[in-house]
Amino acid sequence: MRLATGGLIDRGDAVSFRFDGHSYTGFRGDTLASALLANGLKVVARSFKYHRPRGVFSAGSEEPNALVTLGRGPGAEPNARATMVELREGLEARAQNCWPSVTWDLMEVNDLFAPLLGAGFYYKTFMWPRAFWDKLYEPLIRQAAGLGALSVTANPDRYEKAYAHCDLLVVGAGPAGLMAALVAGEAGADVILADEDARPGGRLNSERLQVGGQPGADWAATVLARLEALPNVRVMRRTSVTGVYDQGTFGALERVGQHLDTRAPDLPLECFWRIAAKQVVLASGALERSVAFAGNDRPGVMLAGALRSYLNRYAVAPGRRVTVFGNSDDAHRTAADLLAAGVHVAALIDARPEARCDLEVPFYPGAVVSQVKGRMGVEAVRVKTASGTQAIVSDCLAVSGGWNPNVHLSCHLNGRPVWDAALAAFVPAPDAVPGLIPAGAAAGVMSTAGCLADGARAAGVALAALGRKVPDLALPEAEDAPYRIRPLWVVPGRGRAWLDLQNDVTVKDVQGAAQENFRSVEHMKRYTTQGMSPDQGKTSNIGALAVLADATGRGIAETGTTTYRPPYTPVAIAAMGAGAQGAGFAPERFTSSHAASLERGAPMIEAGLWYRPSYFPAKGEATWRQACDREIGWVRNAVGLCDVTTLGKIDIQGPDAGALLDFVYTNTFSTLKPGRVRYGVMLREDGFVMDDGTTACLAPGHYLMTTTTAAAGPVMRHLEFATQVLRPELDVQITSVTEQWAQFAVAGPKSRALLSEVLESPLDPAEWPFMACGAVRVGGVAARLFRISFSGEEAYEIAVPARFGDSLFRALVARAEALGGGAYGMEALNVLRLEKGLLTHAELHGRTTSFDLGLSGMMAKKKDFIGRAAAARPGLLAGDRERLVGLRPRGPVQQLTAGAFLFAPEAPATRAHAEGYTTSVGFSPTLGHSIALGFLKSGPERQGETVRLVDHLRGIEVLCEVCAPCFYDPDGGRMRG
Amino acid sequence: MRFSALRVLQEGLTGIRGRRPHWRDPEPKAAYDIVIIGGGGHGLSTAYYLAREHGLTNVAVLEKGYLGGGNVGRNTTIVRANYFLPGNSEFYSHSLKLWEGLSQDLNYNVMHSQRGLINLFHSDGQRDAFARRGNAMINQGDDAELLDRDGVRAHLPYLDFDNGRFPIYGGLLHRRGGTARHDAVAWGYARGASDRGVDLIQNCEVTGIDISGGKVTGVQTSRGAIRAKKVAIVTAGRSGQVAAMAGMRLPIESHVLQAFVTEGLKPVIDHVVSFGMGHFYISQSDKGGLVFGGDLDFYPSYAQRGNLPMAEHVMEAAMTLMPMIGKARVLRSWGGIMDMTPDGSPIIDKTDTEGLYVDCGWCYGGFKAVPGSGFSFAHLLATGRHHEPAAGFRLDRFRTGIGIIDEEGTGAQHNLH
Amino acid sequence: MRINCPTCGERDRREFYYGGAALARPAEDAGPQAWDAYLHLRDNPAGRAREWWFHESGCSAWLLVERNSVTHEVYGVALADGGRS
Repeated sequence: MRLATGGLIDRGDAVSFRFDGHSYTGFRGDTLASALLANGLKVVARSFKYHRPRGVFSAGSEEPNALVTLGRGPGAEPNARATMVELREGLEARAQNCWPSVTWDLMEVNDLFAPLLGAGFYYKTFMWPRAFWDKLYEPLIRQAAGLGALSVTANPDRYEKAYAHCDLLVVGAGPAGLMAALVAGEAGADVILADEDARPGGRLNSERLQVGGQPGADWAATVLARLEALPNVRVMRRTSVTGVYDQGTFGALERVGQHLDTRAPDLPLECFWRIAAKQVVLASGALERSVAFAGNDRPGVMLAGALRSYLNRYAVAPGRRVTVFGNSDDAHRTAADLLAAGVHVAALIDARPEARCDLEVPFYPGAVVSQVKGRMGVEAVRVKTASGTQAIVSDCLAVSGGWNPNVHLSCHLNGRPVWDAALAAFVPAPDAVPGLIPAGAAAGVMSTAGCLADGARAAGVALAALGRKVPDLALPEAEDAPYRIRPLWVVPGRGRAWLDLQNDVTVKDVQGAAQENFRSVEHMKRYTTQGMSPDQGKTSNIGALAVLADATGRGIAETGTTTYRPPYTPVAIAAMGAGAQGAGFAPERFTSSHAASLERGAPMIEAGLWYRPSYFPAKGEATWRQACDREIGWVRNAVGLCDVTTLGKIDIQGPDAGALLDFVYTNTFSTLKPGRVRYGVMLREDGFVMDDGTTACLAPGHYLMTTTTAAAGPVMRHLEFATQVLRPELDVQITSVTEQWAQFAVAGPKSRALLSEVLESPLDPAEWPFMACGAVRVGGVAARLFRISFSGEEAYEIAVPARFGDSLFRALVARAEALGGGAYGMEALNVLRLEKGLLTHAELHGRTTSFDLGLSGMMAKKKDFIGRAAAARPGLLAGDRERLVGLRPRGPVQQLTAGAFLFAPEAPATRAHAEGYTTSVGFSPTLGHSIALGFLKSGPERQGETVRLVDHLRGIEVLCEVCAPCFYDPDGGRMRG
Repeated sequence: MRFSALRVLQEGLTGIRGRRPHWRDPEPKAAYDIVIIGGGGHGLSTAYYLAREHGLTNVAVLEKGYLGGGNVGRNTTIVRANYFLPGNSEFYSHSLKLWEGLSQDLNYNVMHSQRGLINLFHSDGQRDAFARRGNAMINQGDDAELLDRDGVRAHLPYLDFDNGRFPIYGGLLHRRGGTARHDAVAWGYARGASDRGVDLIQNCEVTGIDISGGKVTGVQTSRGAIRAKKVAIVTAGRSGQVAAMAGMRLPIESHVLQAFVTEGLKPVIDHVVSFGMGHFYISQSDKGGLVFGGDLDFYPSYAQRGNLPMAEHVMEAAMTLMPMIGKARVLRSWGGIMDMTPDGSPIIDKTDTEGLYVDCGWCYGGFKAVPGSGFSFAHLLATGRHHEPAAGFRLDRFRTGIGIIDEEGTGAQHNLH
Repeated sequence: MRINCPTCGERDRREFYYGGAALARPAEDAGPQAWDAYLHLRDNPAGRAREWWFHESGCSAWLLVERNSVTHEVYGVALADGGRS
């Protein structure tokens, strides 16, 4: 029911919205929860397990009951807290976890069986017959479980991530946070003030309190305006600090666009911030807790502080006849606010026998609420006094069990909060987070004046740590009432008393768990699911552990809390994963020939973040194989052209460059003459092969190393480690130049002819033997030429500065086509190298040794190199290791597959009999049959033997002949030309 | 006391009074035949199988905190047998077979759910590597199917097949893979072991290991000295510290692995899905939360908590793979301490000290191994011989290079699995 | 997590690559035990640890980082080569 006057809402701006298909009206400044209450809706949700009717319980992000689904279609958002949803024009919300409707939910039948569905029941049954678990029991449980539903369509909304840096982060803009930000801001520090609410001010917006002679909310607005005028202060509204991480890193979620009636398409819905702060003032306030009594979950039972928020901030009376129940002076404040708003107070029940009341209301000191009557809403409250019990007709019950300092963020780095008996609450442990200073209610300071002073104090501590002077700011006048509380957790009696409203955990569940020896607070939590619901037990955990403490005969401090973990409030995956949807997950690297390849219709495939052409389709070809075979034919018979830019290129210079190469390669490079190229193998320090490639000596003390595409980054890191950590005495500089040079392979019998046409001077075969390198000029540009081959043909690689790559590629392709060849892609490249038995990471898969690969001969005897000692371990040299072989099918053309296993012809295809496996296969158009590389136990000694290749997955069994891994021109005559 | 639907009914009628402790809380005795250090999943299952398979019940499990408080209670609950290297294949195959009757064996519903696991691949090379894996699984007698893109689409229509950074080429389906309720596994083994006479002693921290003449004689604890003929170290996450009490250094570095759970949602993800390009794996719990994780944070840590870079990376992988997940909200994140070995495979072995045994180095694969590890370790403890399916998990394999089991192929030293 | 690079200043953890415990590489002929210790065996301290880190997305310096593996406090960062390069 909306009050006639008051509140911080804009009564001139009516906003229409829909809930569960019905239209309602609220005001700008409302939350969905306040608007629903203003429209008289009591039941807005159903509980998780028993489907009990539930109403709004709180006025903040701690809300356990009022979870709704917002919107429809792809952007529908489940589990939104109605208490945090700002009302906007056209907002549409639905109740969830109920059928057919929230007021009439058939699943409420669960509540009848509640005695059978107590904590842990599912561990004790659903086991017979065994097959029924997967087929029947579990599907039923899954269907019943869960709260809201995802739309199961791709997220249509924009989310962002951003970084921010500051001297001081102030978490929470209540009196303590505002004061802290003001002091630090006036001191000139870079301040970020983050507050979860759309309207900073904290409890000042919800209480009828004066600060500095003006209403608290007005004072907050004044301070806020002053802060926003300071250039060094950034106020972040609607921003929840969600997590605390190491060295002053914080996660924060800003709600950017949800509250707007219309949103520009480029405006994100939310932004996830990574904030680096040197100091932090934790002014996150306190969260009110309930008391456990029978029926304390009924719609209309509400936290007293929340009721005051609805009265004072939203001008909404959640009931017409309100009973107030509490164990501190807060109950009296609530009753006074109700009276001031003109709402009937049916009773003020104060558990403290010594309490006095100066309000004109029926007052029950030393009394408790023992039961709430009413299913769809509070109808009556049963009060138990020393003289007996009586029913009080009410439609709303405001409960205050006391306030828990919001210690959450102070515990994210494993700090455990400390029990404060006077407060009957946990407070942050000192120094729980380096540089974090709890202040105000978060530190257990409960009066407004105390919070203001404590905020200023905390800012002073932070400024001192930052080396700044503390400005002299006067504190405004405010109430300074003592916080008097008598702990009250449970009202004993018949009937179920709720702790965790969301997960339907009752006092009996916790007591039962203790009885079953789940006595550790962690055991209790995990067994009962207390605090594991979307609210993470913010309003119920402390009560639950008090019940556990009682049931196990321990104190609350000894019982301890469960662990507080990020995020403080749940964060959409779309926010924390912003930017990655679609192709944004990883960088895309393009070679200089990318556009030309696309123009030729080449399907591009991903290789180590690069995109490379798979093949270049031609008219009349129906399959990739046809294109691949054609391209191979070009290379074998004419000339082919391939962009090999993606291979890692590392420039190594200095007097000790040769020594470095000797240290990282198994073979010797310091003897390599300028103008020559050598193939090298490098090991990891554990003796297994890391990578291979060629290194060219460009000039004395100047080398260019190539790596495989995938290993370019790791090899660079490896070289830096070798030079900076292992051999810092070496005078050598290493630079990655992969992206600076575009490089193309020109391969085939006509490669020299082609190059002679494009180079400024023709190639003299005598000057360019196999494995030569040197400077050339092409089209007026200085280029590098390497006579190396990954195809087995006479071949060259020509490199030009990357900006000339596109034009050179086009020119080379045109010449190649004129010579009866053309561009070839990765498929052809792979078969060409396979025919030659050359290696890729299919073979260099991290588990193979030089010995396995037949490269032991390259291991120099007289020098230390990385991996040498470990490669000498007996296990790496055992003769029966699986070692590289070639395989060809026996008999007519048959398909071979990679990832198949090798067995003796008659042996069963089981693990015990497996003797090897295949790594690479392809159809060789040159040979007219399939070929494979693989690893076979004692392989090189078994050439000519027959093995059976078995691929269970693809239903393939082929008898193969073991052969040498090189299938084509084994003497290398063509390559050497 | 057997659990059954009838028992649940009885408890329902009798209320709290009708509930009985899951396990006893005995005072430690002065001496045991075997002391197991560590009351996590592996320690508890070891105790259970010592009692059930070998009739050894003069056994104590010493736990410094609460039972099941380590990684068995902080993982992503995935159970699978999809390894491809000898040494692992047979072990995880055996472990999965134990899982398949575990609820009935323990008389405790561990909610083992064979929802099917799909490993996605994103290139020809990855497909071949997964083919090798799948063929190895079938060689071992387990199940595997290679799905093409349409095959994956039939199972997981909500993936982004068209716009993701890494195209989906297909997947390896392991139908017997799935999940289980992690805490229940610890509690079920604890209850089973306690019922058979094993003493489970919580809040009992081992502070020293007594060795005399090269032979273990007992342990020092926060609750006094306990003599033992054999001592078994099963303290993943703290293996190095406990082994140091016996003067040993282990081939282990402790790293943090984070995991995440969302708010409860109606059923949406039926399988366990693993993304081949982003270290991301996800399933939905019976309660409705999406449970997911990614890679190590990649720095040594004992903090049981992680940092933002990997958390964000995991969410980013989720968004590129299955953008329908965007509106799901992460409710909680946590971290576990991983015993990372140089080859990514575990250790179940004797040590150079007579009577001292170790079961450690489970890296980030320990949960699915809980039954198999306990079974094999109990066999070693009881008989002095390695159990055949776990015979490859030798401590000396790194020194000799014989029998290294490196599934990831990343090797020792600063390349962690 | 943030690390104070001696050349670049304080940077987010995501710029760095962890490179293992900071141990001295044995001589090539140090023998299998020494190499086993270097490659595999770890003190793995729960507390103060010395580690190699690489400022991969920064200045490409390998760093010697002293750090607490329990609290994640960073005590100090130095250039691995002592500032030679």
